[in-house]
Amino acid sequence: MSLAATKNGNALILGLKGRLDQDNCDEFRDALAPHLDSAGRDRLAIVLDLSQLEYVSSAGLRCFMLAVKQAKTYDGRIVVAALQPMVAEIFQISRFDLLLEVFASVSAAVNAVSSLPPDTPTSPA
Amino acid sequence: MVVRFWGTRGSIPVALTSADIRDKIVQALLKASGRSFASAEEACTFTREELPFSVNKTFGGHTPCVEFDLGGDEYYVCDMGSGARPFGAHLLARQHGRPATVNIFMSHVHWDHIMGFPFFGPAYVPGTKIRIYGCHDVLEHAFRLQQAPPCFPVAFDQMAANMEFVQLAPGKKQNVGAVSVTPGLQLHSGDSYGYRFEIGGKSVVYSTDSEHKLDDVDETRRIADFFRGADIVIFDAMYALADAISVKADWGHSSNIVGVELCQMALAKHLVLFHHEPANSDATLERLLMETRRFEELTRKGPMLTVSSSYDGMEIEL
Repeated sequence: MSLAATKNGNALILGLKGRLDQDNCDEFRDALAPHLDSAGRDRLAIVLDLSQLEYVSSAGLRCFMLAVKQAKTYDGRIVVAALQPMVAEIFQISRFDLLLEVFASVSAAVNAVSSLPPDTPTSPA
Repeated sequence: MVVRFWGTRGSIPVALTSADIRDKIVQALLKASGRSFASAEEACTFTREELPFSVNKTFGGHTPCVEFDLGGDEYYVCDMGSGARPFGAHLLARQHGRPATVNIFMSHVHWDHIMGFPFFGPAYVPGTKIRIYGCHDVLEHAFRLQQAPPCFPVAFDQMAANMEFVQLAPGKKQNVGAVSVTPGLQLHSGDSYGYRFEIGGKSVVYSTDSEHKLDDVDETRRIADFFRGADIVIFDAMYALADAISVKADWGHSSNIVGVELCQMALAKHLVLFHHEPANSDATLERLLMETRRFEELTRKGPMLTVSSSYDGMEIEL
């Protein structure tokens, strides 16, 4: 599990790659923690870019839910974007598409959480 | 052996309403689209082959009661939900006055799992032997309490059958008649217990009213070991995953998604969704079954896991 971070206006975009399941949930949470801190400090919304996420299990979905809950403690916002078809189906079957904010693309997510236009080039965070 | 489901609903019995019946008839008529049928048999064939389950039938509304039919005069059943009433009628009709022995395995003593016992006909028949097995030390107290005044007019001691309560120990395999049974502790308010039955070379796990915490790796492995290689796993799939781990966390129930994941991990052969949410319609339950099969297909790494959704009256031959 790797998390690539880029910043776009008011959004911190975190790209997940690989699989997220019970075996690497802790690793994901550890990797996410500093980003949650910085997003809280800098008043940034987090966009989880799932375009490279191949699979997510129930335990992985729970990680997303916990992250969203944590962000809410500082009035923060986490959304997910660009789900691969299989991951999108898992979101739908598990009803996580009703629990989390899901966007078709990263640009749509950035547009929703940021005042900047969606096509603004991204830069490393 | 036949696994026969007498009650598959969770929490409280439900019944189809007149509006539900009307909607099914309307859908059937629309599907028939003006066709005529020469006989009742022909019409039955149409309903069976051309109508979806949710139009042709119903999942039913009795609370948990599942029988393992091995033939003969000795019966094996899990839980005494409201499905125990039709089960009792079936048993008496089959026995034709011959005395029966009924072995009842209790997951726990919450109301929906004991409410059928006062209406269990064989309990009123002299000569019937009823053995109630469970791991809770309040087992007998709960059965007596629900029939104590002012809750019910017939006291437990007024029932004519020969009753015995038998304490089981979690994790300890025990032979009961023709079956070997191992109880397993589950997460539920006041605890619940699943049962793994070994019957004539086949294994069936009855696991209802059980919540699974997704962050507890050791517990996940323990449950998967309990399910290991089972021919059938009857699984509490009451909620959608998103509900089960958020607004309904700690309510003591699980989801279809976790059922598939645990059965895949355990290399179980057949997952049977059970303990249906009372608010779910037949159409909703049918959709959940289709989605669960799709999830199994999406996540399959080894052999295919058969997925079914239980309904009152369903039979599975093993």
